[in-house]
Amino acid sequence: MTLPLEGVLVVDFSQFLAGPYASLRLQDLGARVIKVENPNQGDLCRRLYLSETMIDGDSTLFHAINRGKESIALDLKSQQGRAQAQQLASQAHVVIQNFRPGIIQRLGLGYDAVRALNPSVVYGSVSGYGHDGPWTDLPGQDLLAQARSGIMWLSGNQNAGPVPVGLPLADLLAGATLAQGVLAGLYKQATRKQGTLVETSLLECIVDAQFELLTTYLNNGNTMPEREAEGSAHAYLAAPYGLYQTSRGALALAMTPLDTLAEALPLPALAAFAVKPQSAFSQRAEIRDLISAHLMTQTAAHWEERLTARRIWCARVLAWPELLDSATFKALDMTSDIGASSESRRLLMKSPLRVDGQRAPAQAQGPALNADCAKITQEFLN
Amino acid sequence: MCDGASGLPLSGLRVLDFAQFLAGPVAAMRLSDLGAEVIKIERPQGGDLCRSMVVNDQVLEGDSLVFHTFNRGKKSVAADLKDLADLAAVKRLIKTADVLIHNFRPGVMERIGLGYQTVKELNPRLVYGGVSGYGTEGPWVKKPGQDLLVQSLSGIAWLNGDASDGPVPTGFAMLDVATAGNLVQGILACLLRRGTTGQGGLVEVDLMTTAVDLTFEQFTCFLNDQNRPPRRHDVGNANPYQPAPYGIYKTADGYMAFAMTPLTVVADLLNTPEIAQFGQDHAFSHLNEIKAIIAKVFVTEPTQHWLGILEPAGVWCAPVLNWVEFVESEGFKAANLVQTLKSESGAEALTTKCPIRIDGQAPSATAVAPTLGRDTQSVFAEVAPQQEA
Repeated sequence: MTLPLEGVLVVDFSQFLAGPYASLRLQDLGARVIKVENPNQGDLCRRLYLSETMIDGDSTLFHAINRGKESIALDLKSQQGRAQAQQLASQAHVVIQNFRPGIIQRLGLGYDAVRALNPSVVYGSVSGYGHDGPWTDLPGQDLLAQARSGIMWLSGNQNAGPVPVGLPLADLLAGATLAQGVLAGLYKQATRKQGTLVETSLLECIVDAQFELLTTYLNNGNTMPEREAEGSAHAYLAAPYGLYQTSRGALALAMTPLDTLAEALPLPALAAFAVKPQSAFSQRAEIRDLISAHLMTQTAAHWEERLTARRIWCARVLAWPELLDSATFKALDMTSDIGASSESRRLLMKSPLRVDGQRAPAQAQGPALNADCAKITQEFLN
Repeated sequence: MCDGASGLPLSGLRVLDFAQFLAGPVAAMRLSDLGAEVIKIERPQGGDLCRSMVVNDQVLEGDSLVFHTFNRGKKSVAADLKDLADLAAVKRLIKTADVLIHNFRPGVMERIGLGYQTVKELNPRLVYGGVSGYGTEGPWVKKPGQDLLVQSLSGIAWLNGDASDGPVPTGFAMLDVATAGNLVQGILACLLRRGTTGQGGLVEVDLMTTAVDLTFEQFTCFLNDQNRPPRRHDVGNANPYQPAPYGIYKTADGYMAFAMTPLTVVADLLNTPEIAQFGQDHAFSHLNEIKAIIAKVFVTEPTQHWLGILEPAGVWCAPVLNWVEFVESEGFKAANLVQTLKSESGAEALTTKCPIRIDGQAPSATAVAPTLGRDTQSVFAEVAPQQEA
């Protein structure tokens, strides 16, 4: 299979998550990614541990994000290191960076400097909060961007405090968004021989993720969404949307007309609420109590089977061990074992998209710091 | 962009959007933001179901406001794909297109006669993008590919909230948004490849794979750590896999977020030597004890007090804002995140912008979503068969 980005060279000056996630996506699509790291310790992410899991001395996290890339260590504060970095950038199709605003320009590797050397370069830049305004110098970290964006008041129940999304959503969406912009830029490079500056930020992407709800808020006289007392899953959607406890396990119910649900459960008392369509939202607490009491009489598995047979949108809430055991997860073929033997099983995740029916494999773990120095020097730096 | 819309990277490309609801149409919107022409193909009766999905009573030009947020600036063609004449016209349109997006369940496009293999014959240069809930194989294929359901099945609901909570879903369609992004990436990559090979391609994404990808850091830890399930923190959980002090803390007048910080620094700034005694090696294994000590300190003073101590020291922290505070903040205003949509009749609505800036500017769109079938005649006229003389 010819991967779509075969022949594309990405020189990646970024570290942590958003930038490296963008270059990972480009790599899965066939690009070659050279990671430029500081000689001291390299990408800070090498030592940023989640839980305490480690692969070959670097954090599992680092391998998850940087698998299959090449690494060269260059000291961008030295004249020689900077000249070599410029040499690399001048030969790249794509340059990616995520320094705080202003720093990359001082290093002589800003968009204008790189474009002077490489006029059709696609230059991708990701920051925390853009480059205007009082927040630009604040650390562009996921949890902090979530905190500022209002997103923490959308999940969890009414009486809970702010509930963050329990994964680095702002970082991941910013990386994915940057990848989209860079790909659009590559299209322009290929068709019109022109370069493009592509910029995004955690803030823009976390706002974009909320677009559906935030647009409603901006146009409804700024009425804040109200989380439900129990099982809250979407502040503006009508009953029965949300999670419900059962006698064993929890059940998710998505948008369903109340009369259909009344018949399927069966729960005749529910039909009274179906008469006036507005009551599904205005009386959602009462409706929820009614459904909740009924669902407590059986297990989530029972309800899932019964309601699915009646074409109602529902699912049992699973934890990861259950997901792993599911035939669907196996069919999706999302993991690669890069371990040398059965004793050294090392599972990494694969690309989330399939091209021409195939998912790109995860070929290797993350590179050791400066692992590819000799090869890259010979190829690009003489 | 000094050269106007034509300078956008995807200007000149035509996208046919057969999808409805969220992930597919959001992907098509992003391609539109980047310069492509997007034509929605909708069923004549009611069109995209999302038109009538009114959230919070918000309506614009007869369609739900939510519909406008991700169908703005598109064209609409009403076509009954079960009607032979309409299907023939749609096939002629496909011959002129660069990209096709659909989110029918596996098998439906094939039954209509618009499956990838058939369409490839009509137009070998076409990039064909399919969105599903759970891929094309396995027992869940027929399950509805809906955001909350996939969050529930993928374990995401056990990453949010605190240890004593039940499952806590993310309160908005995060998987739809992220799946759309993946589809856009695949489509753009195939358009690039087409430049060298002349051939289109098939791009497939699904909500379940996207859910797993979004958790890839944590899931990779889980897979390489004897499959020990994630344990959410007792309080202020923000990521089960992060060590103390990572999380949310109550202050005397609100809440604040506290990100990765070495324990010695925490101990120093909060004047809590007992935290330093845990040692950095125990920041994960003793996270609940450490966080409890920090929580007791933070609650004694207002948020601003703590920011005044922590921010100058370079510590990663932030106040937790709600939308009222966020929208009024200088940071929000400076980032210029909102645009106004204007309908032909003069109605207006505020919505968020494309999160990508191209050559320094976010592509702006002022057009609302089309009324159902608005462009049927003009679009079909363009591909009408030549009349015999």
